[in-house]
Amino acid sequence: MTYKLGTLAVAGLMAASPVMADLVFPSLSYRTGPYAAGGIPFADGYADYFTMLNERDGGIGGVKTSVPECETAYNTEKGVECYESLKDSGGLVYQPLSTGITYQLIPKTTADDIPMHTMGYGRTSAANGAVFTHTFNYPANYWNGASGAINYLLAENGGDLNGKKISLVYHNSAYGKEPIRTLQELSKKHGFEFTEVPVDHPGQEQKSQWLQIRRDKPDYVIMYGWGVMNQVAVQEAANIRFPMENFIGIWWSGSENDVLAAGAAADGYKALTFHGVGSDFPVFDDIQTYVVDKGLAAGAGDQIGTVLYNRGLYAAMLAAEAAKTAQEIHGTADITPAMMRDGMEGLKITEEKMTELGLPNFGPTFDVSCSNHGGTGLVGVTQWDATAKEWKLISDFAPTDMDVIGPLIEEDSAAYAAENNIEPSCG
Amino acid sequence: MFYREAGDFRTTYAEDQQTFPIKFDRYRYYLVLFIAICLIPFVINDYWANSLLLPFLIYAIAAIGLNILVGYCGQVSLGTGGFMAVGAYACYKLMTAMPDVSMFIHVLLAGAITAAVGVLFGLPSLRIKGFYLAVATLAAQFFLVWLFNRFPWFYNYSASGQINAPERDVFGIVITGPNAEAWATYAFCLIFTIFSAIVARNLTRGSVGRKWMAIRDMDIAAEIIGVNPLRAKLTAFAVSSFFIGISGALFFSIYLGAVEVGEAFGIQKSFLVLFMIIIGGLGSIFGSFAGAAFLVLLPVLLKVVGVDWLGWPTDIVAHLQLVIVGALIVLFLVAEPHGIAQLWRVAKEKLRLWPFPH
Repeated sequence: MTYKLGTLAVAGLMAASPVMADLVFPSLSYRTGPYAAGGIPFADGYADYFTMLNERDGGIGGVKTSVPECETAYNTEKGVECYESLKDSGGLVYQPLSTGITYQLIPKTTADDIPMHTMGYGRTSAANGAVFTHTFNYPANYWNGASGAINYLLAENGGDLNGKKISLVYHNSAYGKEPIRTLQELSKKHGFEFTEVPVDHPGQEQKSQWLQIRRDKPDYVIMYGWGVMNQVAVQEAANIRFPMENFIGIWWSGSENDVLAAGAAADGYKALTFHGVGSDFPVFDDIQTYVVDKGLAAGAGDQIGTVLYNRGLYAAMLAAEAAKTAQEIHGTADITPAMMRDGMEGLKITEEKMTELGLPNFGPTFDVSCSNHGGTGLVGVTQWDATAKEWKLISDFAPTDMDVIGPLIEEDSAAYAAENNIEPSCG
Repeated sequence: MFYREAGDFRTTYAEDQQTFPIKFDRYRYYLVLFIAICLIPFVINDYWANSLLLPFLIYAIAAIGLNILVGYCGQVSLGTGGFMAVGAYACYKLMTAMPDVSMFIHVLLAGAITAAVGVLFGLPSLRIKGFYLAVATLAAQFFLVWLFNRFPWFYNYSASGQINAPERDVFGIVITGPNAEAWATYAFCLIFTIFSAIVARNLTRGSVGRKWMAIRDMDIAAEIIGVNPLRAKLTAFAVSSFFIGISGALFFSIYLGAVEVGEAFGIQKSFLVLFMIIIGGLGSIFGSFAGAAFLVLLPVLLKVVGVDWLGWPTDIVAHLQLVIVGALIVLFLVAEPHGIAQLWRVAKEKLRLWPFPH
């Protein structure tokens, strides 16, 4: 066993990387594995925005940023390893882009006093900042998504879903199970019939699920999928001739990767979103000038303007704004993770600020506070146009049913607080 | 030269029958124990514990467990992931139902529950052999994962189906949850690893182990010389599942703290542990450690070299990792089909004669 300990010693020494004086925004990315199609554009967008800040403004508040990457392959064990190896680099905020890894990191980040931002994923009840002090999930969460989809369907049906059948096709994991409670509550409230259709990881085989859908003939199908599961589902839906305009994906099932494979058959597929689509925003000119033209684009540089690239960029923008807020609150440019947490809790996104950043009407305006780490939860709907090969926003960002979601958040966060002996407080 | 028996006199049967009869070997073993128990806990940090040592120790226990079944008793099993899940969920239910009971007892009980489940799924082994048994255990794997996903009672009706380890302590020292110190979690796992290795070593060289090996080598001959196949096979399943259950309990409660059955205990886990014992060496306790080290530490080492030293893009390193680990597995098995443990044995044999090989 001695030689193994030798290996350990070597590995341990190597892990102790030099401390950087930059503002560190670690990126727990996944560019490999069955979820890489979603992980790559997000990681590229996240890195490119910070590269642009460095090149254009010299960083945030005069301090350069750096984005060390660590490959998780959407695997929780690797995610933990990544978190531990990047912890010493002084990472300001973690964005694991995986609900599984989020569950690992919620207690760890709280104990280590490092904030975590799980934008549109993770544990929904983290919106209650009194319990989840270091976890933020603004601007929208899974339950907003579920309610957003139902609201959209309500509007389509003149406000009445009574007697309609709605099926949920979901990734059989913590992520996919999140909306079930909300949809059950909503089905009671609006009188639609709700069925669950789980798909096991990684979701390449869905014949039996779609056979079931073909038999049940639901009026609408909502999907909570990710990675390769999405394309397969869209293809299978096309195979059983399910009308695409009645098929709505959550925002993680609404990128170009998910629909391109099915070709023209995917035309009309809908997906939710909480931010704008396309590259028709002034900030992309700066990305072109300061990042792409200088040859600094992350990855292959071919993802700019795609849905998930935009989401990565949006996440980076929110992190950078929170860092600025933290610098203002604490009066120092060289912030620590604890200060970053305060910055995130004090974050105010206004339309003027968004315009100033080159992202007018890109996302909702919201204020974060201790009692609300979840933002306003405005949800829009996009639709895929297979001939033009682009997503189009077909509705405004509309509010979701907080009468249903609010009590569920209270209930779930109270259960977490009781399990972990947390005294909820905002003070 | 190094492994000399010359001058190493033994005067009692006990000395003759000890695990490491050669003095040099024995001192090396004491040294390893000394470093593991007395040095590492004082220098360990979170990174070492959570990225390297905890997974190594926990996988080593799982590998020892599987090695008893596959390497010693010759019953091929692909249900390791499922049995680890039994350990994890048993531990979770016990931890939440009886918060005041010591974690040592919970982990051991989780092992015992897994042993019972293992015996249940071991029953078909009396009728079916080889690949057919592998398929039967594969069914166990899928059944158990489905079971823990299907019935909310197992995860205490949590909305997401995840199980989370609440904070628990042993003699006042927190060992689960985010506030556990690195040394405490390490020490807790180390105790179980040493315990498992010693128990397994002594079982396998005693009468029980000899019966297992007789069954492995030729079951009909074993039956003729008086080995009861029912008892031998079922004890192998029980003991093996006991260790795998312990490792599953530690994997969930100490190492990850939150797991989801499909992701953490899927079929990949069964294969991973099976690869560990094939690469490490079937029918060898040392092989279980070597295999666990190979498959846990090598990827991390390659990542550190590729990303932190050479500064290569993470995706290229991740792909290279798969290529290199895969190539090394093939190379190892071509060069030495009996695994790292056999390489080690050959090396010792050579050292014994060195520098005069004739």
